[in-house]
Amino acid sequence: MGTKAGATQVGSLSQVVTVTKYNFLNYFRARRFYVMLAVILLISVLLTALVGYYRPVAFLGLPGTPASQAVLGFYGAAWGGTGGFLSFSSLVVILSAAFFGGDAISGEFQNRTGYFLVPNPIRRSAIYVGKWFAALVASTIILVVFAVIVMGNGLFYFPGAVPWEFEQSLLFAWVYLVAALSLTFAFSSLFKSSSISILMSVILLLFVFGVVDDVSMFVAGIEPWYSITYGAGIISSILVSPYPQHEVTESLGAAFGRSRTSANPHFVISTYTASVPEGLEILVAYFAVTAALGLWLFVKKEFTS
Amino acid sequence: MANAGPPPNSILPSLEAVQLTKTYGSFTAVSGLNLKVEGKKCVGFLGPNGAGKTTTMKMFTGLISPTAGSARIGGVDVTKDKKAALASCATLIETPEIYPSLTPREALSMLCEIRGVAAGERRKRIDEALGKVKMTEWDDKKVGSFSKGMKQRVNVASTLLSDPEVIILDEPSTGLDPRGMSEVRDIVKSLSDRLVFMSSHLLAEVTEVCQEVAMIDHGKLLVYDTIENVTAKFAGGGGSVEIGFVKDVDAQTQAMVAKINGVKEVARSNDKHLVVRFDAGTISQEKLFEGVAGLKAGAISFQHSSGLEDAYLSLIKETL
Repeated sequence: MGTKAGATQVGSLSQVVTVTKYNFLNYFRARRFYVMLAVILLISVLLTALVGYYRPVAFLGLPGTPASQAVLGFYGAAWGGTGGFLSFSSLVVILSAAFFGGDAISGEFQNRTGYFLVPNPIRRSAIYVGKWFAALVASTIILVVFAVIVMGNGLFYFPGAVPWEFEQSLLFAWVYLVAALSLTFAFSSLFKSSSISILMSVILLLFVFGVVDDVSMFVAGIEPWYSITYGAGIISSILVSPYPQHEVTESLGAAFGRSRTSANPHFVISTYTASVPEGLEILVAYFAVTAALGLWLFVKKEFTS
Repeated sequence: MANAGPPPNSILPSLEAVQLTKTYGSFTAVSGLNLKVEGKKCVGFLGPNGAGKTTTMKMFTGLISPTAGSARIGGVDVTKDKKAALASCATLIETPEIYPSLTPREALSMLCEIRGVAAGERRKRIDEALGKVKMTEWDDKKVGSFSKGMKQRVNVASTLLSDPEVIILDEPSTGLDPRGMSEVRDIVKSLSDRLVFMSSHLLAEVTEVCQEVAMIDHGKLLVYDTIENVTAKFAGGGGSVEIGFVKDVDAQTQAMVAKINGVKEVARSNDKHLVVRFDAGTISQEKLFEGVAGLKAGAISFQHSSGLEDAYLSLIKETL
């Protein structure tokens, strides 16, 4: 028989666009998109109200602080995070990646939507990529909404131009989103249960990587170059002026930390900060490796009852 | 003028399993299946639960990969080139779910785009398909609010969109009400200009719409032939009836029916029905009716079953 006369094979690129379009439509109309939007708006409203009411120094700077420093300080606190806490932008990225990517593939198995889409003349890779783009578009909208609200606040307190460091930070946050989505898609390919894949994604990105970073730096004294959250640190670091040093070592005496050498009995801790190129390399590496892994898992995975 | 031979599109549509095998650890779901169905007709794919029907169909549609052997559609190995193999093949495996926030029109439009239906034709094709499954008035409602039967109607519509040469249907009547089942039968009957490969547990449905049957059990092909030939070869002498009971049939009742004079075989077709094969002749039939009535086990109906049922019972000795 071969291919029937008149039955045309559609190019994979066109099929990716089709899958993206309809998956985005599905996302856009689904409750979770609006729940995510509501979460972001809630964070933004709280942030705006607290800064407006309490006028914290961490956000608005001390009187007499140079304007350029104060502006960066505001964006650092509202967007980039301060004092080692998880930044708001990272929280938005992680929640978006988990919400839109956590069950993107596992849902095809658990919810049986894969039985509608997969047995068609389309490669599984086209489905995977199409769904990934749809999740990226939906997550990007959420990230941009949050960025616009932060910028609105920034312009209210510091009228004038938005610092270029914030623009860079926004770009880095988006790169982090790309990598985080790739990671959550890989988890989604690994599990058949949607709730497990979402939960695993959140736990990993929100807690596990952070703990690994701390243990690696403070206990083992090793730079956590293998951690996605360490790489994502550039989102905050770019909003610090001057850019933090790559390695800072502090002596804490004998009570805490580790002995650096037998010749130096004082206990020390090392804090590492990824440089911009290093951070980008880590994020891009995470994207590439987890994209390949997730795609391979999805292509190999079987639709068994 | 010399005959240039048949044009390429006159080549018959086909499905072929070549030593098709699927194992899960030590369990063999499909074992070296060799089957070639070819031409424009409807072929019923029968077997008990766990026989390997759905596993076979999933291998034909790329949902799972064979452990060994190959599944070919139109001569193209599905594992090697799924996109080419399914280019002119529509499928309905089990009961798929559709993205809940999409409407039937959008879901079918997505498939039209994936399958390469020309943009100018999509609306017409979708209207026709939705019309055939009586879902036109629901075309702009979100699928998430649909009943299982309504979703299955949309699934059936999805197989009609791209004018496929081969249609693989895995129990297409699942979840449908009696009217829906009848409508699906009519749709399948109307697809006589293509190859339809359909699994079903409803032997009456298969008898009504198919010309040929393939039966498998324990992952192995038992027979593939026309319904007439299968019936003639395997139905044997005698007859069979399906007896309905007012309550679930227990093993004791089944055993007592089996002891009635002239009864050759008894199998449970569902919780409240037994299919009974008995010796030829009205005397045997009379004895069977009297015997079953005498059991006072709550028998409420007797219905003659088709020759295909007799053949099925003859070939397939036990079910899971």
